[in-house]
Amino acid sequence: MQEKVAQAPASASGTGPMLLALRGVGKVFSNGVTALSDVDLTIREGDFLSLLGPSGCGKSTALRLIAGLSTPTSGLLDWRGSSSVDRSNIGFVFQEPTLLPWADVFDNVWLPLRLKGVSRAKAAPVVMEMLARVHLTGFESAVPRELSGGMKMRVSIARAMVTKPRVLLMDEPFAALDEITRFKLNNDLLELWQDERFTVVFVTHSVFESVFLSNRVVVMAARPGRVFRELAIDAPYPRNESFRTSPDYAALCRQASDVLIGAINSTAGPHHDGH
Amino acid sequence: MTAIEEHALTLDPEEARRVRQERLERIGRWLLPLAIMVLAIWLWDRICVWNDIPKYILPRPGVVLQTLFDDAGLLFSSLLVTLRITFLSLLLAVVGGVGLAVLFAQSKWVEMSFFPFAIVLQVTPIVAIFPLINIYVDNQTTKLLLCAWIVAFFPILSNTTLGLNSVDRNLRDMFKLNGATRWQQLRYLRLPAAMPYFLGGLKIAGGLSLIGAVVAEFVAGATGQSSGLASRIIEAGYRLNAPRLFAALILISFTGILIFLVLSLISHLILRRWHESALKQER
Repeated sequence: MQEKVAQAPASASGTGPMLLALRGVGKVFSNGVTALSDVDLTIREGDFLSLLGPSGCGKSTALRLIAGLSTPTSGLLDWRGSSSVDRSNIGFVFQEPTLLPWADVFDNVWLPLRLKGVSRAKAAPVVMEMLARVHLTGFESAVPRELSGGMKMRVSIARAMVTKPRVLLMDEPFAALDEITRFKLNNDLLELWQDERFTVVFVTHSVFESVFLSNRVVVMAARPGRVFRELAIDAPYPRNESFRTSPDYAALCRQASDVLIGAINSTAGPHHDGH
Repeated sequence: MTAIEEHALTLDPEEARRVRQERLERIGRWLLPLAIMVLAIWLWDRICVWNDIPKYILPRPGVVLQTLFDDAGLLFSSLLVTLRITFLSLLLAVVGGVGLAVLFAQSKWVEMSFFPFAIVLQVTPIVAIFPLINIYVDNQTTKLLLCAWIVAFFPILSNTTLGLNSVDRNLRDMFKLNGATRWQQLRYLRLPAAMPYFLGGLKIAGGLSLIGAVVAEFVAGATGQSSGLASRIIEAGYRLNAPRLFAALILISFTGILIFLVLSLISHLILRRWHESALKQER
């Protein structure tokens, strides 16, 4: 059964007007796999929205569609009346740091500006400021292999944000990191988000991470990939380590976890009956 | 008395054995091949003496060395001729190999259409092609260059093509997201990513261009038109001048080793900061 909450109530963080709506979006790959089916989703300006779901639920596909790296088979993307977005408004963070291994930290962060024709001298203040924002001052001339996994991911975030995009798309960015590093990056990402007020679409398979970070959690189910239910996380920002250990957080996590289990069962059920 | 009471680092037997092993290997890496080489040369010398072999059949190492000094003027001027062909053809192989690889990288269709030609050129023995080149090309240097080039360009082409096509998918997406042009993608992503592959091809091509130059001279030298090391060898062969033959041969080998070492050094210097192949093993 497919359950949907069409419109989540405006959350405590007070997000703004609609930025992007996915209307009946579906994606079928050439091998016949239905990655996404009839997805309706409205993303508002200033949202920190998590796509939470088991593997195969199409959350990464949804992110690629939003980024314009792929086009929907059915339905449409509505960027306030336009079907495509100015790419310079989008920052993308991959699951892997995806850095140029031969280039140092400065050059890696400079790259998006360089591709737009901004000279090294002109980019320098922006790049240095961005590196300071992700706590990497002093590492400008290190090459990626000299950095830890967490630091590489910081470089990746700095690179995505250096063009000051309005939307930051993140595809399980911290999945490969250890827990302590992940908590630290969660905190720093929230800080950055609260200062700059950009919109985040964050793909994750971690209930705890999605609840800690987001004001909206969209739970997805697999086969076919679809929106299962949306949860509003009404806890106030700023959220920090004391929120992470609060009963409120635990209750919200339990709630999200229950929904996720429902989403997983909604997939597994008919499949097992069939055999 | 335990290790904790002592402040110096005390190694357990396993670690101590490992350290000893590493030290031995470090020395052995140089000493062992050197010792074997000396032994082989000594044996060569002994065989000549024991069997009373005349020097026009097999000269003693000392005689070869003496010839290397006595004929230095002749041999080194010939070496220069061969080296000129070698380096020019290596340069052309780099330009041609990388140029073609970049062209192939522009479209799968171009690669699919033209790669077979490169393979045909590669697999046909150069000695068999040379008579044709001899008919169509007049200029002696051009003939030799063309020969050496055909031998040397393929590893560069095939390695660079592989490198240009082995770019991380996410990095490609990242460039696309940032609106990179085709040229920017080539300049900032694909060419640097292909660098380790190219350098691997270059190391092979360096040796091949020397072989190509010598083989071309051999075939051309048969008609007495060349003055490179190969023609010195042929000449010495006709005159039963075995010591000079050996001297020339040694000169060619050393040149080949030197080319390989220089190209390895260049490769190491370019890759040492980032590529796995150039990093020191850490346990």
